[in-house]
Amino acid sequence: MNIKKSILCHSLLVALGLSASFTLLAQEDHSQHATQGAAPKAVNADEDQIDHAEMDHSKMDHSKMEHGTAGQSQVGAESDTVDHSKMSHAEDIHTAHASPVVAPIDHANMDHSEHASPDEPREPIPLVTDADRAAAFPVLHAHDMSHGSAINSFVLFNRLEAWDADPGTGQAWEAQAWVGGDINRVWFRSEGERQSGSTESSNLEMFYGRSVSPWWDVVAGVRHDFNPGTSQTWAAIGVQGMAPYKFEVSATAYLGESGQTLANMEFEYEILLTNRLILQPMVELDIYGKDDPSRHIGSGLSKVEAGLRLRYELANRRFAPYFGITHERVFGNTADFHRAEGEGTRDTRLVAGIRLWF
Amino acid sequence: MSNDTNSHAPGVLPQVSRRKFVQGLALGGVAASTSLWRLPAHAQQAQFPQIPMLAGNQFDLSIGASRVNFTGRPRPAITVNGSLPAPILRWREGDTVSLRVHNRLSGDLQTSVHWHGILLPSNMDGVPGMSFNGIYPGEYYDYKFKVRQSGTYWYHSHSLHQEQAGLYGALIIDPREPAPYQYDREHVVLLSDWTDLDPAALFKRLKKMPEYDNLYMRTVGDFINDAKRDGFSNTLSDRGMWGRMRMTPTDISDVNANTYTYLMNGTTPSGNWSGEFKPGEKVLLRFVNAANMTYFDIRIPGLKMTVVAADGQYIHPVTVDEFRMAVAETFDVIVEPDGQDAFTIFAQDMGRTGYARGTLSTRPGLEAEIPARDPRPLLTMEDMGHGSSAKSSEGSCGANMGEGGCGANMGAKAAVVASADPHAGHDMGASSVEHPASENGNPLVDMQSSATSPKLDDPGIGLRNNGRKVLTYADLKSIFPDPDGREPSRTIELHLTGNMEKFAWSFNGIPFASAEPLKLKYGERVRVVLVNDTMMQHPIHLHGLWSDVEDENGAFQVRKHTVDMPPGTRRSYRVRADALGRWAYHCHLLYHMDGGMMREVRIEE
Repeated sequence: MNIKKSILCHSLLVALGLSASFTLLAQEDHSQHATQGAAPKAVNADEDQIDHAEMDHSKMDHSKMEHGTAGQSQVGAESDTVDHSKMSHAEDIHTAHASPVVAPIDHANMDHSEHASPDEPREPIPLVTDADRAAAFPVLHAHDMSHGSAINSFVLFNRLEAWDADPGTGQAWEAQAWVGGDINRVWFRSEGERQSGSTESSNLEMFYGRSVSPWWDVVAGVRHDFNPGTSQTWAAIGVQGMAPYKFEVSATAYLGESGQTLANMEFEYEILLTNRLILQPMVELDIYGKDDPSRHIGSGLSKVEAGLRLRYELANRRFAPYFGITHERVFGNTADFHRAEGEGTRDTRLVAGIRLWF
Repeated sequence: MSNDTNSHAPGVLPQVSRRKFVQGLALGGVAASTSLWRLPAHAQQAQFPQIPMLAGNQFDLSIGASRVNFTGRPRPAITVNGSLPAPILRWREGDTVSLRVHNRLSGDLQTSVHWHGILLPSNMDGVPGMSFNGIYPGEYYDYKFKVRQSGTYWYHSHSLHQEQAGLYGALIIDPREPAPYQYDREHVVLLSDWTDLDPAALFKRLKKMPEYDNLYMRTVGDFINDAKRDGFSNTLSDRGMWGRMRMTPTDISDVNANTYTYLMNGTTPSGNWSGEFKPGEKVLLRFVNAANMTYFDIRIPGLKMTVVAADGQYIHPVTVDEFRMAVAETFDVIVEPDGQDAFTIFAQDMGRTGYARGTLSTRPGLEAEIPARDPRPLLTMEDMGHGSSAKSSEGSCGANMGEGGCGANMGAKAAVVASADPHAGHDMGASSVEHPASENGNPLVDMQSSATSPKLDDPGIGLRNNGRKVLTYADLKSIFPDPDGREPSRTIELHLTGNMEKFAWSFNGIPFASAEPLKLKYGERVRVVLVNDTMMQHPIHLHGLWSDVEDENGAFQVRKHTVDMPPGTRRSYRVRADALGRWAYHCHLLYHMDGGMMREVRIEE
């Protein structure tokens, strides 16, 4: 009872915010009580070294006082918690002491210092109280933990260019975009060409893409050609990603509504002249399964397009003006269709444009 | 003095925090309100800049929006009591501290404060969704807990991207017993990285184009130079190795000075924060790396630095010329400036793209020479734990080394052994690595290291053989013996994983969003083994519990709250599960955490 009383006193003093020196005095006083009360002291094995536990001396005393009557020597976190709640609310003392305290294993009686790896911790594990449990697992309604936006997106106009066609001018674009998470994404791709004010070819693809390896996505979806000729729709499946040596690769197989089949492959690479002046070679080729005279397309290897573009990335890297040279050649039956129409089978262009992403 | 109350008149703080235009240079915006905090006596007489300090055991902290200007453009920031960095809080070991944290942000922006490295009940830890619900605008949260430790720590928001926006500050806990070292004066040196970008936009940019800030990739010109130096075929094979991995050796940090302005105590390098000394004094510098994404290498040309504490905990003093700070670490360092009036505190980022700096001086306004940044380092295959797989490493050695040459690279003995003979590693603690099944065929794992050792005595990339004595983890030795003493009853091995192209990060290939909590039994002691399977460096922080780092033989070495994990390392530490509840466990590069490198550690009875 003595001890209890002194705790009450002490706590009240602290609560009243009296000076630290007084508090310290009081603590020393109590620690003697505790020792006299024969409560075995949970000592750190290496007490004479400068030590964390020793610095916490005052705390240890608190907890000893608190449990002194129960013959305990528990030290540590949870006793402290009880302790300071008492400091601020004198009433709590009664609650804390009224609650039955289960006597723990008396770690302090074991001499840990002689064992290299004791089975029991040198600093005893604090007993858990209901207050601790409540503090440890509060009921939460929030789930907004620390993670960044899970759905992201990327839009790249890889090519947005013009050239001097004879007659008039030509324009072309090639763009791709994704939106989604790290594994599952929706992809969009579009490509097209205009010459002298009319659209020669244009398509839009929409795919579901799933990462199957760190570098490769499998994509499947639809492609719609608005031009040339009447519009047509394809089912598509493909892979895209980065091959070793950092080649950007995409390969897609298409099955058209008319039964036409198409394989498209594209390779791209970046050569850093400087970190902002970048040379970008690319090759794209189309292989068709059937002749399609209405669109001047023959079966087999139909078209190969190669390009070399030199871009300069401006300060924020999102805009990069470029110029380049492209060469396009048609082969096989496709070449025959072209010849029949009086068109050439090869076309070389000097292009200028901008690459941009956001 | 421990119980004196420094509470503030209610109603004063809101005005202070509102729309304060905080000048980067000398915190001019806040200096007018000196009466709100207590400055150390020595600081009041001089015009040296001071971060506001609040001492005592009751605190009112007001989180609000402020304008700051570090770059010439006023930008929004999130601040505490209108100050960036947040006020230094000064507690006393053994006190029960009460901190009422108000959210005075507009909109529905939830906020939080996490006390980094502090032992406390879970519901005081300040992680929204794990330890509490967060603090909503107009509301406040009462933090109250007993302070059971001493030393230098820090605090910051644990709500999405708010730390990047400015919500961080130093936390000093005065010990009950005198420290085992003496000093005449002290300064907090808090380092951080500021961006004018909206922090959420920066995260999104990393998702779109992770290599945005890597403006140091090797070019055609570098190839020609390397070929001249090392031969064409060696250079080609080096480029081939990196090319096959689809990675680049200049990838030292995801965000660098291309995006960031580095700050020392909230001051830009040109603003030159300065701290006073009198010749002959022993000055304690409390370094805190409060950056979002930046490792700093710190030195004070002309001065030896004696490191006396790491992460707030005393270590056997070790005197060095330079030390590296992982994000979230703190180091207490004693210097004895004398013989000149000014010394530069130089903190270059690990990638050598920029620096923070300040000056220790006898009078305000002085500055000393600012050293040149070191050459930019290049990662090597050995750095990444690819000793055994890099067949051509002999040949490419010279080509790979931007610093130090081959010898430096071989500092990690175990890695060399493993590289010479994959089966020889086991007796050195560097076994050939087994990877968790969840990494196999996992698109979120773009690399696995094949030879890892603790590399505790490795100064790290860019610091090897630089002619200076550099602090390593092997130098950090707690002055106390293992406070628990038990052998860990089990081992939990976790691999740090990522996909650089996707800017996706995880443990064992499983990002936080789809990971189960890591469960510990109350009272048990476990060994955590971390293996870095990425080419980036990660500071791993466990909330609520100490991380007792082991030496190469598995014995207790140093008590920390944040454990640095360079690429290609395997490091272990002991965790005593003596704090019930749910604890965040994550990479403290906060965009890596936001990108998934996080787990919940749940300690149950």
